[in-house]
Amino acid sequence: MSDVLLKVDNVRKEFPTHAKEVVKAVDGVSLEVFKGETLGLVGETGCGKSSLARCMAHLYDVTSGSVSFEGTEISALSRRAMRPIRREIQVIFQDPYGSLNPRRRVGSIIGDPFAIHNIASGVARKRKVQELMELVGLNPEHYNRFPAEFSGGQRQRIGVARALALRPKLIICDEPVSALDVSIQAQIINLLADLQRELDLTYVFISHDLSVVRHVSNRIAVMYLGKIVELAPTDELFGQTRHPYTRALLSALPVADPDTADSREQIILGGDIPSATNPPAGCRFHTRCPKARADCATAEPLMIAVLDDTDNHRTACHYPLTLGEDLSTAVPDLKAS
Amino acid sequence: MALLEVRDLKVSFDTPDGAVRAVRGLSFDVEAGQTLAVVGESGSGKSVSTQTITGLTRGATVSGTAYFDGTDLITADQSTLRHLRGARIGMIFQDPLSSLHPHYRIGWQIVEMIRAHDSVISKKDARKRAAELLTLVGIPRATERIDDYPHQFSGGMRQRVMIAMAMALDPALLIADEPTTALDVTVQAQVLNVMRRLQQQFGTAIVLITHDLGVVAEMADEVVVMYAGTVMERAPRRDIFYRNHHPYTQGLLASLPTRSGERLTPIAGSPPSLISLPKGCPFASRCPHVFDKCRTEAPPLADIGPRHQSACWLPVQASEAIAS
Repeated sequence: MSDVLLKVDNVRKEFPTHAKEVVKAVDGVSLEVFKGETLGLVGETGCGKSSLARCMAHLYDVTSGSVSFEGTEISALSRRAMRPIRREIQVIFQDPYGSLNPRRRVGSIIGDPFAIHNIASGVARKRKVQELMELVGLNPEHYNRFPAEFSGGQRQRIGVARALALRPKLIICDEPVSALDVSIQAQIINLLADLQRELDLTYVFISHDLSVVRHVSNRIAVMYLGKIVELAPTDELFGQTRHPYTRALLSALPVADPDTADSREQIILGGDIPSATNPPAGCRFHTRCPKARADCATAEPLMIAVLDDTDNHRTACHYPLTLGEDLSTAVPDLKAS
Repeated sequence: MALLEVRDLKVSFDTPDGAVRAVRGLSFDVEAGQTLAVVGESGSGKSVSTQTITGLTRGATVSGTAYFDGTDLITADQSTLRHLRGARIGMIFQDPLSSLHPHYRIGWQIVEMIRAHDSVISKKDARKRAAELLTLVGIPRATERIDDYPHQFSGGMRQRVMIAMAMALDPALLIADEPTTALDVTVQAQVLNVMRRLQQQFGTAIVLITHDLGVVAEMADEVVVMYAGTVMERAPRRDIFYRNHHPYTQGLLASLPTRSGERLTPIAGSPPSLISLPKGCPFASRCPHVFDKCRTEAPPLADIGPRHQSACWLPVQASEAIAS
């Protein structure tokens, strides 16, 4: 698992607002996606996870920095030059209702990638589409149906089939199960796992739901206000949490187990996520961090291996958590000493 | 007697395709000061049932009774309901943005709500009360922010405003319909915390409608599991998670992502259409333990233990053996 498939290097993505300000959606993110892995990307609303994902797939032009796929820089490619690489990177979106054209038949929706890339037409295309439908667990006889005739879970399968059509290497899954009921969500998660094994796929899996991300990911990156604050193998992120924000996020996650729910430490963060147009100086989390100190407000922490962590586990925090440290009783102290 | 007693509630909607039988014989009790969680997936009838109880389903065909403190809410006239809603029964919905009027200041909306039910309170006192309520639900600098518009509040703050309004007149019952579904987890934790605190302080009973079994485990005293408009299982919280009986309850729990990353066990298929429900148990077509009787005769909700009921033909021991 050491081959780098996609490399994101110091990527920034800014959006202008009409008040002549800029929203810094992604603000200097670097990471690598290894071949065959599932990299989870978690964070709350507005943390920049979807923007980052769109930069990865070159659906957005980056403001600065670079994205390279198998060693080729793609962030500056024109649409035409991007085309062959587009076959290798596909996206599955959250909304199984909004991402399928309601007036087109499912067969032609799934067949679009073949048409666009001039791969197959006529009977050959239909055969390929029906193979795909079978692969994702749809009945191939439903080729001529409209999206409205399918349930939410089936529509998400249509989205998966379309993404698989060109046999991509990397699939970016942007909240693929968030709109689905749990029993259906489990069907799609299993499907994605099966396909990964059969087709040797690499996933970037974005979700606000930590329990889903924990289940599917080999490594997880936690984002807050446009930056990654912690990146680690899944077990380490949960077992050896270093960043106070990661810990708060984990502790806020409701657990479907009354014994755990009654006994665990809960850290209730104060306030709301600050605005991404004018993020706090220093560490962005310092305004809500239970153990913030004076230097957190001035010096920005770097993403490094802290304490005795290996380079697989990087954290951007001046005062990382030690094993077993109790954060629920910590109090911030922002006065300069 | 329980604070709220719902018996054999049936709700259907006429559509061009036929009658949608959204709720089909629902019974439950809510005790004073307790939290009842109603859990189920999309279309299980969990929201429709509480909306009907509070008189918010226009055009539906309704039968059954829902006694709240001696008044049957189903047959009560609009003015009685209007008096009860807000004053004795507070409500919070999923989307706080569409529940607040965008053109009016937060404080004005809370004051208006208080004065609608209290004809003697002065404007000044109502405003003072509004500021107190905002402080109570954890809005910082409440006396300044009382004059903000809803768009100046974040999602979590708006939901706290909704809780403040729902709690304004110290209701005996709070109906919370997916109150934290639209919120991020850290904000959800804040809001659930506020609800828990207010319940302890004022002894409010809560009906919490949710699809999230994690929220159920954190908040509930008792749990009702709904499917296709009817109750599949009802039990105290720990029994639902550790000694459950119904294959649907078991299926829901098995569908949840696990720590270990082991393969999940989804429930096969999808829920039945509420227009043409099959004979027998509504879960039969998806149930891993289905047998002949399930397809012909719907199982009644029967007692299987203390405060524990399940609508399934499987004997209690057999279900426990399957679960373990």
